[in-house]
Amino acid sequence: MASENKFEIKDLDFYYSDFEALEAITVNIRKNTITAFIGPSGCGKSTFLRTLNRMNDLIEGAKVEGSVTLDGTDIYTADTDVVDLRRRVGMIFQQPNPFPLSIYENVAYGPRIHGIKNKAKLDEIVERSLTNAALWKEVKDKLNQPGTDLSGGQQQRLCISRVLAVNPEVLLMDEPCSAIDPTSTQKIEDLMDQLKENFTIVIVTHNMQQAARVSEYTAFFLAEDTNKPAHLIEYDLTDVIFTNPSDKRTENYITGRFG
Amino acid sequence: MIFLWGNGLVTIVILALIIGYVLVKGLPAMSLEFIFTSPKGVTQSGGIFPTIIASIYVTGLSILIGAPVAVGAAIYLSEYTKEGRITQIIRFGADALAGVPSIVLGLFGLSLFVYILGLGWSMLSGALTLILMILPIIMRTTEDALQAVPNAWRQGSVGLGATKWQTIRKVVLPAATPRIMTGIVLGVGRVFGETAAVMFTAGLAINIPFLPNEPGRTMTSHLYLLATEGTSMRTAYGTALLLMGIILIFNLGARRLFGGSKVRR
Repeated sequence: MASENKFEIKDLDFYYSDFEALEAITVNIRKNTITAFIGPSGCGKSTFLRTLNRMNDLIEGAKVEGSVTLDGTDIYTADTDVVDLRRRVGMIFQQPNPFPLSIYENVAYGPRIHGIKNKAKLDEIVERSLTNAALWKEVKDKLNQPGTDLSGGQQQRLCISRVLAVNPEVLLMDEPCSAIDPTSTQKIEDLMDQLKENFTIVIVTHNMQQAARVSEYTAFFLAEDTNKPAHLIEYDLTDVIFTNPSDKRTENYITGRFG
Repeated sequence: MIFLWGNGLVTIVILALIIGYVLVKGLPAMSLEFIFTSPKGVTQSGGIFPTIIASIYVTGLSILIGAPVAVGAAIYLSEYTKEGRITQIIRFGADALAGVPSIVLGLFGLSLFVYILGLGWSMLSGALTLILMILPIIMRTTEDALQAVPNAWRQGSVGLGATKWQTIRKVVLPAATPRIMTGIVLGVGRVFGETAAVMFTAGLAINIPFLPNEPGRTMTSHLYLLATEGTSMRTAYGTALLLMGIILIFNLGARRLFGGSKVRR
């Protein structure tokens, strides 16, 4: 089966200690596409996103049941190389978080961590990553300035180039534009469109128009109650979700009956 | 409002009085001979050079051994353990240790290091006792420094495939260093001016120590002895002046080197 799936998730249950946050999630993420996770606040979209690169491991009491496979291999086994997993599956956070280092050092951080020391090679990687994140032209003359001196939108693109520098296969984006101005948001959305040729992208977003603009597939999540686990209500082509959803709850959310 | 301003003024006035008094009484004793030669004979004329060396030696040794241990413990507590019973007990223990009177620590050091472990009156015994004093201070300030580092940076680093230790070494520690250094500088100041803890452990012998197993009389111990004898008050004030002078120069130098870390945000 030549799979077109990058991730296959089956029957995923996720617990924060005793609280079940996600229940029975089953979905496939297709390669080289942009998949959007939508749903009201607190319905587990970010939690689910973080199960894809095991960032939830950092949280006390986080527990996963069910299976998550990347390219056919289960990522929740005892001998999974989590460090390499996170290199392959990169993450962009809601608030841009450049390190208190120069722009150059921010982008070079990842490659250095993974053993690259040669200055020429690092220079090349930094330039390539900044270019692929549509930031090179704006910063090429000030690579030694602190990453934190950049504007919000530029910082987020810096974070994207930081991730690109380690040669990932997947980009997980957790509401990457919610803290950014509209112009920068546009730039990042255009960027995503270019990137999807070489990467698989999953984006969590509150902004339904963004999901409709940017993604090919959409997954709608919902928790019936704040104390109940969230479920995957519907997953389909974005066009279908937004024009002809199968589930009434999806339709209600899309049309803004609840947020 | 005037009341509060007045209080501030009182503080400055008192400080000025202390410094002024020591300055006036101690300046007559100042000379190059005083600083760089050893005491001569029973009258304690001559200089206090050995005590200067002993103070610097025992302070330096205690920081050299104690700071890495304290910083390491703080990193472990703050980054590797989860909050729970054990971390609370350790922190409570450290805070309690900070509250032990220095003379009690001196007595403890005398029993344990000088007698039981057989180290005798020495720079090492003194340093080990002083470490007990500064361990809680440096641990606390280091922990605060580490917790002030935004979690977003840790997440960013781990998200790129870094291990926990790589994250600490390359992102967290560099960011926390200014505040950690402030804590260490505080520790140095505390230790350099300490009397009771070193008197019983480093000994009172006038000696220029070379190896750590040698005894030495610190400036503070010297000051204590001179003051209680009462016969060489001029030397006593000279010692006091020099002691304060060295601490002042050190603080200024440290501030120059490590910057006003309180301002940095």
